[in-house]
Amino acid sequence: MGKINIVQAINQALAEEMERDRDVVILGEDVAKDGGVFRVTQGLLDKFGPERVIDTPLSELGIIGAAVGLAAYGIKPVAEIQFMGFIYAGLEQVFSHAARIRSRSRGRYTCPMVVRTPYGIGIKPPELHSESSEALFAQMPGIKVVVPSTPYNAKGLLKSAIRDPDTVIFLEPSRLYRSIKSDVPDGEYTIPLGKAHIHEQGKDITVVAWGTMLHRAADAAEDFDCEIIDLMTLRPYDEETIINSVKKTGRLVIVHEAPRVGGFGAEIAALVAEKAMEYLKAPILRVTAPDAVIPMARLEDHYMPSPESIKKAYRTVMEY
Amino acid sequence: MPINIIEKIEIKYLQIVNEKGEADSSLMPPLSNDEIKKLFETMILARTFNHRALSLQREGRIGTYASIWGQEASQIGSAYALDKDDWIFPSFRESGVFVEKGYPLWMLYRYWAGDERGMQIPEGFYLFPMSVPVGTHVPHATGAAWAMRLKGHRKVAAAYFGDGGSSKGDFYEGMNFAGVFKAPVIFLCQNNQWAISVPRARQTAAKTIAQKAAACGFEGIQVDGNDIFAVYKATKDAVEKAKNGGGPTLIECFTYRLDDHTTSDDASRYRTEEEVEVWKKKEPLIRLRLFMEKKGLWTKQYEDEVSKKAQETVDKEIQKAEAFAAPDPADIVRYTYGELTPRQKRELKEFGWEK
Ligand SMILES: Cc1ncc(C[n+]2csc(CCOP(=O)(O)OP(=O)(O)O)c2C)c(N)n1
Ligand SMILES: [Mg+2]
Repeated sequence: MGKINIVQAINQALAEEMERDRDVVILGEDVAKDGGVFRVTQGLLDKFGPERVIDTPLSELGIIGAAVGLAAYGIKPVAEIQFMGFIYAGLEQVFSHAARIRSRSRGRYTCPMVVRTPYGIGIKPPELHSESSEALFAQMPGIKVVVPSTPYNAKGLLKSAIRDPDTVIFLEPSRLYRSIKSDVPDGEYTIPLGKAHIHEQGKDITVVAWGTMLHRAADAAEDFDCEIIDLMTLRPYDEETIINSVKKTGRLVIVHEAPRVGGFGAEIAALVAEKAMEYLKAPILRVTAPDAVIPMARLEDHYMPSPESIKKAYRTVMEY
Repeated sequence: MPINIIEKIEIKYLQIVNEKGEADSSLMPPLSNDEIKKLFETMILARTFNHRALSLQREGRIGTYASIWGQEASQIGSAYALDKDDWIFPSFRESGVFVEKGYPLWMLYRYWAGDERGMQIPEGFYLFPMSVPVGTHVPHATGAAWAMRLKGHRKVAAAYFGDGGSSKGDFYEGMNFAGVFKAPVIFLCQNNQWAISVPRARQTAAKTIAQKAAACGFEGIQVDGNDIFAVYKATKDAVEKAKNGGGPTLIECFTYRLDDHTTSDDASRYRTEEEVEVWKKKEPLIRLRLFMEKKGLWTKQYEDEVSKKAQETVDKEIQKAEAFAAPDPADIVRYTYGELTPRQKRELKEFGWEK
């Protein structure tokens, strides 16, 4: 046991998986000598050498596209995209190939790879370093989408992602990288994909969140009896845990930092409307960013769901 | 059947003033003494702007900043060869280009302080907001240049990007379109040898970046990017060619990033101090100074005066930047579309941003 942060947890997961499986390789921009701009891959070049920890040319399309081929042939690529805002050039490779190769070849070829990328708002960086486009990926059948929220689950989820038989988009909340520490067991463990975690038990309000917003939503719950669900995997997501909780609480608040329209909260709200409508005591509420482009640093705090706005939503469903 | 050579590619390298400040007069572009002094003064101003940006960042008064130290000749020499109404598509490391074009410095400081209004380009400037995603703006320059041709305007567009940017599909595709449509566009690659921690040799196995133009059917040239006259001449020639219907040119400015990648970076993790020292001796201001001294255009006193004036200018601009009112949160939604959507109108109320 020992308290570590998310950067260290991910580093450990990578090192352990590379130790365990000789086919696991890391590729991306600045991942080798520099150890990644967030230092997530620090020390791995020394441990595993330049054939397995690889600085690539500056090309997200190249990184992801080559990873598809590497994966199809039997290498286990863990690609790093430096920030989510730079993944878009690689989307054709993710959507048209990684997500479909199993289906197109009716199982003959597969694409077991992981694409890791820091994402989300909250560190006041330059433009396009705060993207929160998880819904875009979660809408695409054929890939899995994972968002850790603690060092413990970051490590366990990443290990599962690396062992998964399909492509996993692993979104690392950059705001949380070094801001929270938790105990991580020394021994080997994994956390299954597709399962949510009940972060806090409660009986009045079901709150669904992931990544950075999980902590905001939990902090805002002080004066309420909330059951806080850390979704962790957005695709395929854990419908059962959400529905069971709503059946108990009768109230649902979803918090995410992406804009509301077409955000992943819409999917959860629709699910509950379909499956647990008769249990609801209040309308489902979503606390999200406004329907607008993510602003630069000076306005960042205004864009992110505030603790007050989350509390207000809790109050509204309680007083309904 | 004999094997025939069907294409030969030759890449030129241009240097006009060497590291000792000696000029090849046969290549020297026709610049008056006043123009040369103006270039020198612009370099000092850009360097002063840059230097202050770095200290403002350390004091927490602006955010992450990308230094141009060492690249002033590449930026200012090329920008000077572009006319006021030519369009420029810069990357995030182009403060020198903005300075040369006379862009309000206080606005640049605002931008780096995390305020979009710093890129609300004033009338009369044809700079695009600097592109943060590497290389993505290269095709925009092609498109704008193509539009100039379609409209019969005698202008050019220029895209600035780095050696790292040359690895992106956007770069190849933008250049390929430019070749096919004979767009009057100049591709200005600032090859500063590094893309964060990745050395130039990792971006391409080709000997030069300049030669990449060959596959798109037009000329690429490598110039000594620390020689402002070489950069100026290559750009000027490319501009003339483009304006006369000769199509695009790729110019690889061979230069060096003397500072860390940005203020968030620590270059000592991946490159040696010795390497940096070698390049410090080649930096562009030293060379221009030597050249001007030989021509009787430079004295210590002259430079002191120029520096003092630059300091004063930059001080005033910083004051102006910092006195500027905080941005209005309603701006977050205000510029999403030509008009607010019904939802956004609701959101303005919901978020308490409506005045
Ligand atoms: C598409 C994209 N990928 C990654 C990044 C992160 N990043 C910012 S600058 C940079 C290196 C750029 O190198 P180069 O093109 O040579 O320009 P330089 O920074 O040297 O001016 C990287 C990887 C980015 N901004 N955009
Ligand atoms: Mg570079």
